[in-house]
Amino acid sequence: MLTKRIIPCLDIKNGRTVKGINFVDLRDAGDPVELAEIYARSGADELVFLDISATEERRKTLADLVYHVAEKVNIPFTVGGGISSVEDVDILLQNGADKVSINSSAVKNPQLINDLAAKFGSQCIVVAIDAKQIKGEWIVHLVGGKVPTAIKLFDWAKEVEERGAGEILFTSMDHDGTKNGFANKALSKLSTELNIPIIASGGAGSMQHFVAAFVEGKADAALAASVFHFKEIEIVDLKRELRKNGIPIRL
Amino acid sequence: MNDKNIQPSKSSPPSGVGGLIIINYGAGNIQSIKFAIQRLGYEAILSNDANEIQAADKVIFPGVGEAGSAMKKLKESGLDTLIPQLKQPVLGICLGMQLMCNFSEEGNTTGLGIFDVDVVKFTNKVKVPQIGWNQIANLKSDLFKGITENEHIYLVHSFYAPLCKGTIAASEYELKYSAALHRNNFYGTQFHPEKSSLVGEKILLNFLSIKP
Repeated sequence: MLTKRIIPCLDIKNGRTVKGINFVDLRDAGDPVELAEIYARSGADELVFLDISATEERRKTLADLVYHVAEKVNIPFTVGGGISSVEDVDILLQNGADKVSINSSAVKNPQLINDLAAKFGSQCIVVAIDAKQIKGEWIVHLVGGKVPTAIKLFDWAKEVEERGAGEILFTSMDHDGTKNGFANKALSKLSTELNIPIIASGGAGSMQHFVAAFVEGKADAALAASVFHFKEIEIVDLKRELRKNGIPIRL
Repeated sequence: MNDKNIQPSKSSPPSGVGGLIIINYGAGNIQSIKFAIQRLGYEAILSNDANEIQAADKVIFPGVGEAGSAMKKLKESGLDTLIPQLKQPVLGICLGMQLMCNFSEEGNTTGLGIFDVDVVKFTNKVKVPQIGWNQIANLKSDLFKGITENEHIYLVHSFYAPLCKGTIAASEYELKYSAALHRNNFYGTQFHPEKSSLVGEKILLNFLSIKP
Protein backbone atom coordinates (compact mmCIF):
# COMPACT_ATOMS: atom_id res chain seq x y z
CA MET A 1 0.00 0.00 0.00
CA LEU A 2 1.23 3.48 -0.84
CA THR A 3 2.02 5.25 2.42
CA LYS A 4 1.54 8.87 3.44
CA ARG A 5 4.77 10.83 3.45
CA ILE A 6 6.29 12.99 6.19
CA ILE A 7 8.55 15.67 4.75
CA PRO A 8 10.78 17.97 6.79
CA CYS A 9 11.45 21.21 4.96
CA LEU A 10 14.83 22.87 5.27
CA ASP A 11 14.94 26.55 4.40
CA ILE A 12 18.37 27.38 3.03
CA LYS A 13 20.14 30.70 2.96
CA ASN A 14 23.71 30.92 1.64
CA GLY A 15 24.17 27.21 2.19
CA ARG A 16 22.85 27.16 5.78
CA THR A 17 19.53 26.02 7.22
CA VAL A 18 17.10 28.63 8.48
CA LYS A 19 13.42 28.64 9.36
CA GLY A 20 11.19 31.61 9.11
CA ILE A 21 8.26 32.06 11.41
CA ASN A 22 5.62 33.44 9.04
CA PHE A 23 8.54 33.92 6.62
CA VAL A 24 10.13 36.63 8.79
CA ASP A 25 12.53 36.37 11.80
CA LEU A 26 14.97 33.78 10.54
CA ARG A 27 16.65 31.45 13.01
CA ASP A 28 19.71 29.32 12.23
CA ALA A 29 19.10 25.61 12.63
CA GLY A 30 22.34 24.15 11.37
CA ASP A 31 24.19 22.46 8.56
CA PRO A 32 21.80 21.23 5.85
CA VAL A 33 23.72 18.11 4.85
CA GLU A 34 24.09 16.94 8.43
CA LEU A 35 20.49 17.75 9.20
CA ALA A 36 19.38 15.88 6.05
CA GLU A 37 21.30 12.79 7.10
CA ILE A 38 19.76 12.90 10.55
CA TYR A 39 16.28 13.21 9.06
CA ALA A 40 16.87 10.34 6.64
CA ARG A 41 17.95 8.13 9.53
CA SER A 42 15.08 9.18 11.76
CA GLY A 43 12.39 8.09 9.29
CA ALA A 44 11.66 11.11 7.11
CA ASP A 45 10.19 9.90 3.82
CA GLU A 46 11.50 12.75 1.74
CA LEU A 47 13.14 16.15 2.19
CA VAL A 48 12.50 19.56 0.71
CA PHE A 49 15.21 22.23 0.48
CA LEU A 50 13.90 25.69 -0.11
CA ASP A 51 16.57 28.20 -1.06
CA ILE A 52 15.85 31.76 -0.02
CA SER A 53 19.26 33.30 -0.77
CA ALA A 54 19.39 36.31 -3.01
CA THR A 55 23.09 36.54 -3.76
CA GLU A 56 24.87 36.44 -7.10
CA GLU A 57 26.48 33.09 -6.27
CA ARG A 58 23.22 31.48 -5.21
CA ARG A 59 23.00 29.17 -8.20
CA LYS A 60 26.40 27.65 -7.64
CA THR A 61 25.98 27.47 -3.86
CA LEU A 62 22.68 25.63 -4.31
CA ALA A 63 24.08 23.22 -6.92
CA ASP A 64 26.98 22.43 -4.54
CA LEU A 65 24.57 21.84 -1.69
CA VAL A 66 22.44 19.52 -3.83
CA TYR A 67 25.53 17.56 -4.79
CA HIS A 68 26.58 17.08 -1.17
CA VAL A 69 23.09 16.12 -0.06
CA ALA A 70 22.77 13.57 -2.88
CA GLU A 71 26.13 12.12 -1.88
CA LYS A 72 25.02 11.44 1.68
CA VAL A 73 21.27 10.96 1.71
CA ASN A 74 19.47 7.74 0.75
CA ILE A 75 15.95 9.15 0.47
CA PRO A 76 14.51 11.42 -2.23
CA PHE A 77 14.68 15.19 -2.00
CA THR A 78 13.18 18.19 -3.73
CA VAL A 79 14.86 21.54 -4.28
CA GLY A 80 13.04 24.83 -4.69
CA GLY A 81 13.58 28.55 -4.54
CA GLY A 82 14.37 30.93 -7.36
CA ILE A 83 14.15 28.30 -10.10
CA SER A 84 12.99 29.99 -13.28
CA SER A 85 14.36 28.16 -16.32
CA VAL A 86 14.92 24.79 -17.93
CA GLU A 87 18.63 25.37 -17.44
CA ASP A 88 18.21 25.95 -13.67
CA VAL A 89 16.40 22.63 -13.37
CA ASP A 90 18.92 20.79 -15.51
CA ILE A 91 21.79 21.86 -13.23
CA LEU A 92 19.96 20.78 -10.07
CA LEU A 93 18.90 17.39 -11.46
CA GLN A 94 22.38 16.75 -12.80
CA ASN A 95 23.80 17.41 -9.36
CA GLY A 96 21.50 14.80 -7.85
CA ALA A 97 18.18 16.43 -6.96
CA ASP A 98 15.23 14.08 -7.45
CA LYS A 99 12.62 16.76 -7.94
CA VAL A 100 12.46 20.52 -8.26
CA SER A 101 9.80 22.85 -7.00
CA ILE A 102 8.79 26.00 -8.84
CA ASN A 103 6.50 28.70 -7.53
CA SER A 104 6.50 32.36 -8.64
CA SER A 105 8.23 31.57 -11.92
CA ALA A 106 5.34 29.26 -12.84
CA VAL A 107 2.79 31.97 -12.11
CA LYS A 108 4.72 34.48 -14.20
CA ASN A 109 5.37 32.01 -17.00
CA PRO A 110 2.98 29.02 -16.85
CA GLN A 111 4.51 27.58 -20.04
CA LEU A 112 7.58 26.77 -17.90
CA ILE A 113 5.61 23.88 -16.36
CA ASN A 114 4.95 22.39 -19.80
CA ASP A 115 8.57 22.86 -20.84
CA LEU A 116 9.94 21.24 -17.68
CA ALA A 117 7.48 18.34 -17.80
CA ALA A 118 8.33 17.68 -21.45
CA LYS A 119 12.07 17.76 -20.89
CA PHE A 120 12.41 16.06 -17.50
CA GLY A 121 9.07 14.28 -16.98
CA SER A 122 6.18 15.27 -14.72
CA GLN A 123 7.47 13.05 -11.93
CA CYS A 124 10.19 15.54 -10.99
CA ILE A 125 8.18 18.75 -11.30
CA VAL A 126 6.54 20.00 -8.12
CA VAL A 127 4.55 23.21 -8.34
CA ALA A 128 4.46 25.04 -5.01
CA ILE A 129 1.44 27.26 -4.43
CA ASP A 130 1.23 29.80 -1.60
CA ALA A 131 -2.29 31.00 -0.98
CA LYS A 132 -4.34 32.84 1.59
CA GLN A 133 -8.01 33.62 1.96
CA ILE A 134 -9.19 37.05 0.93
CA LYS A 135 -12.89 37.65 1.56
CA GLY A 136 -13.50 33.94 1.78
CA GLU A 137 -11.70 33.15 -1.48
CA TRP A 138 -8.35 31.34 -1.67
CA ILE A 139 -5.97 33.58 -3.62
CA VAL A 140 -2.50 32.69 -4.91
CA HIS A 141 0.31 34.83 -3.48
CA LEU A 142 3.86 35.42 -4.64
CA VAL A 143 7.22 36.28 -3.06
CA GLY A 144 6.85 34.05 -0.02
CA GLY A 145 3.24 35.01 0.42
CA LYS A 146 3.72 38.79 0.40
CA VAL A 147 2.24 39.72 -2.98
CA PRO A 148 -1.35 38.77 -3.87
CA THR A 149 -2.24 37.88 -7.44
CA ALA A 150 -5.64 37.83 -9.12
CA ILE A 151 -5.46 34.04 -9.46
CA LYS A 152 -7.74 31.70 -7.54
CA LEU A 153 -6.09 28.72 -5.88
CA PHE A 154 -8.31 25.99 -7.32
CA ASP A 155 -8.19 27.35 -10.88
CA TRP A 156 -4.43 27.60 -10.72
CA ALA A 157 -4.06 24.13 -9.20
CA LYS A 158 -6.07 22.60 -12.04
CA GLU A 159 -4.08 24.51 -14.61
CA VAL A 160 -0.73 23.34 -13.25
CA GLU A 161 -1.97 19.75 -13.27
CA GLU A 162 -3.05 20.10 -16.90
CA ARG A 163 0.29 21.65 -17.80
CA GLY A 164 2.13 18.62 -16.44
CA ALA A 165 3.00 19.17 -12.78
CA GLY A 166 3.63 15.87 -11.03
CA GLU A 167 2.73 17.15 -7.57
CA ILE A 168 1.42 20.22 -5.80
CA LEU A 169 2.92 21.63 -2.62
CA PHE A 170 0.17 23.76 -1.14
CA THR A 171 1.09 26.22 1.62
CA SER A 172 -1.66 28.08 3.40
CA MET A 173 -0.27 31.46 4.34
CA ASP A 174 -3.12 31.80 6.82
CA HIS A 175 -1.85 28.76 8.69
CA ASP A 176 1.91 28.91 8.13
CA GLY A 177 3.77 29.59 11.37
CA THR A 178 0.62 29.49 13.49
CA LYS A 179 1.01 25.88 14.69
CA ASN A 180 -2.78 25.66 14.67
CA GLY A 181 -3.08 22.91 12.09
CA PHE A 182 -3.18 22.59 8.31
CA ALA A 183 -5.78 24.12 5.94
CA ASN A 184 -7.73 20.87 5.79
CA LYS A 185 -10.81 22.06 3.91
CA ALA A 186 -8.78 23.54 1.07
CA LEU A 187 -6.50 20.51 1.06
CA SER A 188 -9.41 18.14 0.82
CA LYS A 189 -10.86 20.08 -2.08
CA LEU A 190 -7.51 20.05 -3.91
CA SER A 191 -7.03 16.36 -3.27
CA THR A 192 -10.53 15.49 -4.47
CA GLU A 193 -10.61 17.72 -7.55
CA LEU A 194 -7.11 16.91 -8.75
CA ASN A 195 -5.56 13.61 -9.73
CA ILE A 196 -1.95 14.31 -8.68
CA PRO A 197 -0.49 14.05 -5.17
CA ILE A 198 -0.97 17.01 -2.83
CA ILE A 199 1.59 17.93 -0.19
CA ALA A 200 0.15 19.83 2.77
CA SER A 201 2.21 22.67 4.19
CA GLY A 202 1.73 25.37 6.79
CA GLY A 203 0.36 25.08 10.29
CA ALA A 204 1.87 21.91 11.79
CA GLY A 205 1.98 22.23 15.56
CA SER A 206 0.98 18.83 16.94
CA MET A 207 0.83 15.21 15.87
CA GLN A 208 -2.94 15.46 15.72
CA HIS A 209 -2.57 18.14 13.05
CA PHE A 210 -0.84 15.63 10.80
CA VAL A 211 -3.57 13.06 11.46
CA ALA A 212 -6.16 15.66 10.43
CA ALA A 213 -4.21 16.65 7.29
CA PHE A 214 -4.32 13.05 6.12
CA VAL A 215 -7.84 12.14 7.29
CA GLU A 216 -9.78 15.39 6.80
CA GLY A 217 -7.40 17.05 4.35
CA LYS A 218 -6.88 13.84 2.32
CA ALA A 219 -3.30 14.97 1.74
CA ASP A 220 -0.79 12.56 0.25
CA ALA A 221 2.11 14.03 2.18
CA ALA A 222 2.63 16.59 4.92
CA LEU A 223 5.50 19.02 5.18
CA ALA A 224 6.73 20.88 8.22
CA ALA A 225 9.85 22.64 9.39
CA SER A 226 10.18 24.10 12.86
CA VAL A 227 8.30 21.36 14.74
CA PHE A 228 10.94 18.98 13.42
CA HIS A 229 13.95 21.29 13.55
CA PHE A 230 13.34 22.23 17.16
CA LYS A 231 12.41 18.66 18.11
CA GLU A 232 8.94 19.56 19.23
CA ILE A 233 7.83 16.47 17.31
CA GLU A 234 10.07 13.45 16.70
CA ILE A 235 9.35 11.85 13.33
CA VAL A 236 9.33 8.32 14.70
CA ASP A 237 6.79 9.27 17.39
CA LEU A 238 4.68 11.04 14.79
CA LYS A 239 4.72 8.00 12.54
CA ARG A 240 3.70 5.68 15.38
CA GLU A 241 0.83 8.02 16.19
CA LEU A 242 -0.26 8.13 12.54
CA ARG A 243 -0.20 4.36 12.32
CA LYS A 244 -2.24 4.12 15.52
CA ASN A 245 -4.80 6.26 13.73
CA GLY A 246 -4.97 3.80 10.86
CA ILE A 247 -2.95 5.90 8.42
CA PRO A 248 -0.64 3.89 6.14
CA ILE A 249 2.89 4.87 7.02
CA ARG A 250 6.43 3.59 6.54
CA LEU A 251 7.97 2.73 9.91
CA MET B 1 29.30 -14.68 -3.42
CA ASN B 2 27.89 -14.08 0.04
CA ASP B 3 27.41 -10.66 1.51
CA LYS B 4 29.92 -11.40 4.21
CA ASN B 5 32.60 -11.96 1.59
CA ILE B 6 32.19 -8.50 0.22
CA GLN B 7 34.71 -6.14 1.66
CA PRO B 8 34.04 -2.52 0.87
CA SER B 9 36.82 -1.11 -1.23
CA LYS B 10 37.04 2.07 -3.17
CA SER B 11 37.81 0.20 -6.37
CA SER B 12 35.72 -2.28 -8.32
CA PRO B 13 32.56 -3.86 -7.03
CA PRO B 14 32.75 -7.49 -5.91
CA SER B 15 33.29 -10.31 -8.39
CA GLY B 16 35.44 -9.58 -11.38
CA VAL B 17 37.64 -6.92 -12.80
CA GLY B 18 35.59 -5.03 -15.35
CA GLY B 19 33.89 -2.88 -12.77
CA LEU B 20 30.42 -1.52 -12.52
CA ILE B 21 29.11 0.69 -15.30
CA ILE B 22 26.10 2.96 -15.06
CA ILE B 23 24.89 3.56 -18.59
CA ASN B 24 24.94 7.29 -19.19
CA TYR B 25 22.69 8.09 -22.11
CA GLY B 26 21.39 11.42 -20.91
CA ALA B 27 18.27 10.15 -19.17
CA GLY B 28 17.75 11.85 -15.84
CA ASN B 29 19.36 11.73 -12.44
CA ILE B 30 22.10 9.12 -12.51
CA GLN B 31 24.29 10.89 -9.98
CA SER B 32 22.13 9.41 -7.20
CA ILE B 33 22.88 5.85 -8.31
CA LYS B 34 26.59 6.57 -8.44
CA PHE B 35 26.44 8.05 -4.94
CA ALA B 36 24.44 5.11 -3.59
CA ILE B 37 27.10 2.72 -4.90
CA GLN B 38 29.75 4.91 -3.28
CA ARG B 39 27.93 4.73 0.04
CA LEU B 40 28.19 0.94 -0.22
CA GLY B 41 31.94 1.36 -0.57
CA TYR B 42 32.31 0.80 -4.31
CA GLU B 43 32.93 2.90 -7.37
CA ALA B 44 30.74 3.02 -10.44
CA ILE B 45 31.74 4.44 -13.79
CA LEU B 46 29.34 6.43 -15.93
CA SER B 47 29.69 5.48 -19.58
CA ASN B 48 27.90 5.24 -22.90
CA ASP B 49 30.84 3.53 -24.59
CA ALA B 50 29.85 0.17 -26.07
CA ASN B 51 33.25 -1.44 -25.43
CA GLU B 52 33.35 -0.31 -21.81
CA ILE B 53 29.80 -1.47 -21.20
CA GLN B 54 30.48 -4.86 -22.77
CA ALA B 55 33.62 -5.34 -20.65
CA ALA B 56 31.91 -4.44 -17.36
CA ASP B 57 31.11 -7.04 -14.69
CA LYS B 58 27.82 -5.42 -13.90
CA VAL B 59 25.72 -2.86 -15.68
CA ILE B 60 23.10 -0.54 -14.27
CA PHE B 61 20.64 0.84 -16.78
CA PRO B 62 18.93 3.87 -15.22
CA GLY B 63 16.26 6.09 -16.63
CA VAL B 64 14.00 8.91 -15.60
CA GLY B 65 11.74 10.83 -17.93
CA GLU B 66 9.68 9.93 -20.96
CA ALA B 67 9.96 6.50 -22.63
CA GLY B 68 9.87 7.68 -26.26
CA SER B 69 12.65 10.24 -25.93
CA ALA B 70 14.76 7.92 -23.77
CA MET B 71 14.44 5.17 -26.41
CA LYS B 72 15.44 7.66 -29.07
CA LYS B 73 18.60 8.48 -27.15
CA LEU B 74 19.40 4.76 -26.81
CA LYS B 75 19.03 4.28 -30.55
CA GLU B 76 21.22 7.28 -31.34
CA SER B 77 24.09 5.65 -29.47
CA GLY B 78 23.36 2.09 -30.67
CA LEU B 79 22.70 1.00 -27.10
CA ASP B 80 19.32 -0.44 -28.09
CA THR B 81 21.05 -3.35 -29.83
CA LEU B 82 23.89 -3.66 -27.31
CA ILE B 83 21.87 -3.93 -24.08
CA PRO B 84 19.79 -7.03 -24.99
CA GLN B 85 23.03 -8.84 -25.96
CA LEU B 86 24.80 -8.23 -22.65
CA LYS B 87 25.79 -11.39 -20.76
CA GLN B 88 26.73 -9.92 -17.39
CA PRO B 89 24.15 -9.02 -14.71
CA VAL B 90 22.19 -5.95 -15.81
CA LEU B 91 19.88 -3.96 -13.52
CA GLY B 92 17.34 -1.63 -15.09
CA ILE B 93 15.92 0.98 -12.74
CA CYS B 94 12.52 2.70 -13.14
CA LEU B 95 12.27 3.81 -16.78
CA GLY B 96 15.30 1.59 -17.45
CA MET B 97 13.23 -1.43 -16.40
CA GLN B 98 10.27 -0.26 -18.49
CA LEU B 99 12.44 0.13 -21.59
CA MET B 100 13.61 -3.46 -21.14
CA CYS B 101 10.00 -4.62 -21.69
CA ASN B 102 8.39 -5.34 -25.08
CA PHE B 103 6.45 -2.13 -25.41
CA SER B 104 5.34 0.95 -23.49
CA GLU B 105 2.09 2.83 -23.85
CA GLU B 106 4.10 5.96 -23.08
CA GLY B 107 4.77 7.48 -26.50
CA ASN B 108 3.80 4.09 -28.04
CA THR B 109 7.39 3.04 -27.61
CA THR B 110 8.83 -0.29 -28.75
CA GLY B 111 11.12 -1.53 -26.00
CA LEU B 112 14.18 -3.75 -25.90
CA GLY B 113 12.09 -6.94 -25.63
CA ILE B 114 14.03 -8.43 -22.71
CA PHE B 115 11.03 -8.79 -20.40
CA ASP B 116 8.02 -10.29 -22.13
CA VAL B 117 5.42 -7.78 -20.95
CA ASP B 118 3.87 -4.50 -22.12
CA VAL B 119 4.04 -1.38 -19.95
CA VAL B 120 0.71 0.41 -19.45
CA LYS B 121 -0.58 3.50 -17.62
CA PHE B 122 -2.42 3.60 -14.30
CA THR B 123 -6.02 4.74 -14.76
CA ASN B 124 -7.45 7.86 -13.13
CA LYS B 125 -8.98 5.74 -10.35
CA VAL B 126 -5.72 6.50 -8.54
CA LYS B 127 -3.51 9.58 -8.44
CA VAL B 128 -0.98 9.55 -11.23
CA PRO B 129 2.00 9.55 -10.86
CA GLN B 130 2.29 7.22 -7.91
CA ILE B 131 4.82 9.03 -5.74
CA GLY B 132 6.15 7.69 -2.48
CA TRP B 133 6.86 4.59 -0.46
CA ASN B 134 4.96 1.40 -1.24
CA GLN B 135 5.58 -2.21 -0.24
CA ILE B 136 7.08 -5.13 -2.12
CA ALA B 137 5.81 -8.69 -1.68
CA ASN B 138 6.03 -12.19 -3.19
CA LEU B 139 9.77 -11.72 -3.34
CA LYS B 140 11.78 -14.11 -5.49
CA SER B 141 15.40 -14.20 -6.69
CA ASP B 142 18.73 -13.35 -5.06
CA LEU B 143 18.05 -9.68 -5.62
CA PHE B 144 15.87 -9.79 -2.50
CA LYS B 145 18.08 -11.98 -0.34
CA GLY B 146 17.67 -10.89 3.27
CA ILE B 147 14.76 -8.57 2.43
CA THR B 148 11.57 -9.35 4.32
CA GLU B 149 8.15 -9.32 2.69
CA ASN B 150 6.29 -6.00 2.69
CA GLU B 151 9.34 -3.81 3.12
CA HIS B 152 8.91 -0.26 1.85
CA ILE B 153 10.62 1.05 -1.27
CA TYR B 154 10.41 4.42 -3.06
CA LEU B 155 8.65 4.76 -6.41
CA VAL B 156 7.76 7.56 -8.80
CA HIS B 157 5.90 6.41 -11.90
CA SER B 158 2.79 6.73 -14.02
CA PHE B 159 3.25 3.56 -16.08
CA TYR B 160 3.73 0.00 -14.83
CA ALA B 161 4.48 -3.52 -15.97
CA PRO B 162 1.58 -5.87 -15.13
CA LEU B 163 2.27 -9.12 -13.26
CA CYS B 164 3.89 -11.65 -15.60
CA LYS B 165 6.12 -14.69 -15.66
CA GLY B 166 9.18 -12.55 -14.99
CA THR B 167 7.75 -10.85 -11.88
CA ILE B 168 10.05 -11.27 -8.88
CA ALA B 169 8.36 -8.68 -6.64
CA ALA B 170 4.84 -7.32 -6.63
CA SER B 171 3.50 -4.02 -5.42
CA GLU B 172 -0.07 -2.77 -5.24
CA TYR B 173 -1.47 0.53 -6.52
CA GLU B 174 -4.88 0.32 -8.19
CA LEU B 175 -3.94 -3.32 -8.79
CA LYS B 176 -1.05 -5.70 -8.21
CA TYR B 177 1.78 -5.06 -10.67
CA SER B 178 5.47 -5.87 -11.15
CA ALA B 179 7.75 -3.99 -8.75
CA ALA B 180 10.67 -6.01 -10.12
CA LEU B 181 11.35 -8.30 -13.09
CA HIS B 182 13.96 -10.93 -13.87
CA ARG B 183 15.00 -12.94 -16.88
CA ASN B 184 18.35 -14.72 -17.18
CA ASN B 185 21.03 -12.11 -16.43
CA PHE B 186 18.59 -9.21 -16.60
CA TYR B 187 16.94 -7.61 -13.57
CA GLY B 188 14.68 -4.61 -13.36
CA THR B 189 13.15 -2.63 -10.52
CA GLN B 190 10.30 -0.19 -10.92
CA PHE B 191 11.33 1.35 -7.61
CA HIS B 192 14.48 3.36 -6.96
CA PRO B 193 16.81 1.27 -4.78
CA GLU B 194 19.18 4.24 -4.63
CA LYS B 195 16.46 6.27 -2.91
CA SER B 196 14.91 3.49 -0.83
CA SER B 197 16.93 3.97 2.35
CA LEU B 198 18.57 0.91 3.92
CA VAL B 199 16.28 -1.56 2.12
CA GLY B 200 17.32 -0.15 -1.24
CA GLU B 201 21.01 -0.25 -0.31
CA LYS B 202 20.66 -3.92 0.61
CA ILE B 203 19.03 -4.65 -2.76
CA LEU B 204 21.82 -2.82 -4.60
CA LEU B 205 24.38 -4.78 -2.61
CA ASN B 206 22.56 -8.00 -3.54
CA PHE B 207 22.78 -7.01 -7.20
CA LEU B 208 26.51 -6.29 -6.86
CA SER B 209 26.91 -9.74 -5.32
CA ILE B 210 25.23 -11.69 -8.12
CA LYS B 211 27.75 -13.88 -9.90
CA PRO B 212 28.34 -12.92 -13.53
